Amino acid sequence: MKIIVCIKQVPDTNEVKLDPKTGTLIRDGVPSIINHDDMNALEEALKLKDRYEDVEITVLTMGPPQADVALREALAMGADRAILVSDRAVAGSDTWATSNTLTAAIKKIGSYDMIFCGRQAIDGDTAQVGPQIAEKLDLPQVTYVQKMEVKGDTVTVQRALEDGYEIIDVKMPCVLTAIKELNSPRYASVSGIFDAYREKNVEVWSAKDIEVDLAIIGLNGSPTNVRRTFTPDPKGKGTMIPGCDKGTVCELFNILKEKHII
Amino acid sequence: MGVKIFSEKCKGCKLCIKACPFNAIVMKDGKAVLNDNCTGCGACETSCKFKAIIVEKVEKETKDLSGYKGVWVFAEQRNGKLMGTAFELIGEGRKLADKLGVELSAVLLGYNVAGLTDELIHHGADKVILAEHPELKLYTTDGYTKVITDLVNSKKPEIILIGATNIGRDLGPRIAARLDTGLTADCTKLEIDDEQKILLQTRPAFGGNIMATIITPNHRPQMATVRPGVMKKMSADSSRKGIVDKVDVVLDKKDIRTVVKEVVKSAKQAVNLIDAEVIVSGGRGLGNPEGFKLIGELAAELGGVVGSSRAAVDSGWISQDHQVGQTGKTVRPKIYIACGISGAIQHLAGMQSSDCIIAVNKNPDAPIFDVADYGIVGDLYKVIPMMVEEIKKVKEA
Ligand SMILES: Cc1cc2nc3c(=O)[nH]c(=O)nc-3n(C[C@H](O)[C@H](O)[C@H](O)COP(=O)(O)OP(=O)(O)OC[C@H]3O[C@@H](n4cnc5c(N)ncnc54)[C@H](O)[C@@H]3O)c2cc1C
Ligand SMILES: Nc1ncnc2c1ncn2[C@@H]1O[C@H](COP(=O)(O)O)[C@@H](O)[C@H]1O
Repeated sequence: MKIIVCIKQVPDTNEVKLDPKTGTLIRDGVPSIINHDDMNALEEALKLKDRYEDVEITVLTMGPPQADVALREALAMGADRAILVSDRAVAGSDTWATSNTLTAAIKKIGSYDMIFCGRQAIDGDTAQVGPQIAEKLDLPQVTYVQKMEVKGDTVTVQRALEDGYEIIDVKMPCVLTAIKELNSPRYASVSGIFDAYREKNVEVWSAKDIEVDLAIIGLNGSPTNVRRTFTPDPKGKGTMIPGCDKGTVCELFNILKEKHII
Repeated sequence: MGVKIFSEKCKGCKLCIKACPFNAIVMKDGKAVLNDNCTGCGACETSCKFKAIIVEKVEKETKDLSGYKGVWVFAEQRNGKLMGTAFELIGEGRKLADKLGVELSAVLLGYNVAGLTDELIHHGADKVILAEHPELKLYTTDGYTKVITDLVNSKKPEIILIGATNIGRDLGPRIAARLDTGLTADCTKLEIDDEQKILLQTRPAFGGNIMATIITPNHRPQMATVRPGVMKKMSADSSRKGIVDKVDVVLDKKDIRTVVKEVVKSAKQAVNLIDAEVIVSGGRGLGNPEGFKLIGELAAELGGVVGSSRAAVDSGWISQDHQVGQTGKTVRPKIYIACGISGAIQHLAGMQSSDCIIAVNKNPDAPIFDVADYGIVGDLYKVIPMMVEEIKKVKEA
């Protein structure tokens, strides 16, 4: 079974802070990580590899040269092959353009039974790239995978809903997107890390290598454009009720009653 | 392609540095210069008052977009019951359609769901496009995508809004990819540009730290998803009239490559934050899971529901379905009481449009007080029991 896992290197947004003076993001020193949901996708692929013979896992990312680190981490966890699509021409891509690039790379990889993405990347929270790849490869998709089982050429999936889940059968090849309920990602072993840097390599592909039409990638190929960005204005300060005793609470309720809020 | 700064025009005002989400502009000898972080997003272009920044674009043949007219909202139903987002989207779509002077249609897919059309019209739709077929009874990616893209290709709406539910987020990108158009996820504000008459889609970016306004200039339809609870529905008016456009559905079992074998409802009572009139939320300031007992007591006295910050969820004190915020629920209750919550921007994103916000926090500088209507500085373990007592008194009186 050939599995392609799409992973994205993202800034750990938990660590991103705003500079209160300038209102810009402080990105210096913010660590880069593999997107959380993508780790779950990779873990599930690795679990299949633990269980069955002949499972080959390729991790694929589109990103700047630094994304090499993310791919090495995936190799250290147990992936077999790693591909980095890196090119100035892909900068500024929206999800549509990103999925065009990834689709072209997947076509170049050639054979696959399962393409695994994360549900969404924490830097944009869009949850679009997985379904878009599925559409462009004309494959069935199941998103929000919280549990799955492979039997023959069929995958039986629990797809999470807001108030429960669906049980869905889908035949391979297919595209799946993982959520965190699916599993707990393993840590890379020391020997795995050693292998990832000494034994395995990261293949770097340019836009030319994947033979993608330049008109459908990067900023210019993106149907959506950012018109402006801004920091939201805080709403006006409210009333502070002085003190912290019975009187304070009493006053609060008097105001609420007066304004017919309660 | 890419961003160009003309240094002879640059006045060194640094506005572009502020506008850049990527820290890609630095000052060198009093002039702005780009570094390697530039992604070419173009956010700086509009910030420059001196036209010193230009984002070079390959001239695209401008397509004729004038044939696209009307606003559509996806009226999601499950099990023959419309989801709240359908009405919220109609409320928002109504404003957009009125501004454009076009028709607002609700697109309803399912089987034996014709009984739902009145409800959609009463809430503001001019028209319901009704597509019924046995294979549309349950949601499937393939079935719904095919039917909706066929409809779009024949009727050509200019805007489509979809609720960002687990189904909407599966369907939206698939439709957008098939139609080769853009899709902006999780918009928190939608407006029509006065001059160009295009949709301005505003959403949080970079973990919610900034907002970005996104446009889809050269592709139609312009598609956006909106999270449940973000937009306001209009109240129903049973005298409203509209038309039902029942369309023929061409769909074959073979078109659908997934088989839904079962839909399982979780046994646990769902936490209904979105419809709650009162929410009492606890955060890391509770210090331990027991704190939620106190929060629950206050919520119960007020007839409300318990919410939480993500920090409390991440600490394992309460389950994720209680979480309010950017990655949790978006709520707008009559009263929101935040206890031991600092007021991080991602939390505010989910509750700041509540009618009345009350904050209890021991740190007078906590940002939650910037959005609170009423604030009390103090230990929540002292203040909340007093509130419980006070409400009991009010009730007795
Ligand atoms: C991409 C992204 C998405 C996110 N999504 C969400 C989201 O959906 N929802 C969300 O909530 N967060 C979200 N976060 C996390 C958010 O940034 C904050 O980390 C989180 O909201 C902090 O929770 P808190 O206010 O409970 O904790 P803290 O920030 O630690 O605040 C605790 C507060 O309690 C006060 N306090 C302590 N003891 C007491 C006491 N005895 N009495 C009274 N006050 C006391 C303290 O003064 C402090 O202000 C997200 C972050 C990222 C990066
Ligand atoms: N640049 C990228 N490289 C590889 N995979 C990506 C990239 N962007 C998105 N993905 C995949 O698509 C999923 C959804 O991303 P998004 O639509 O950005 O929320 C992610 O979890 C990844 O699996």
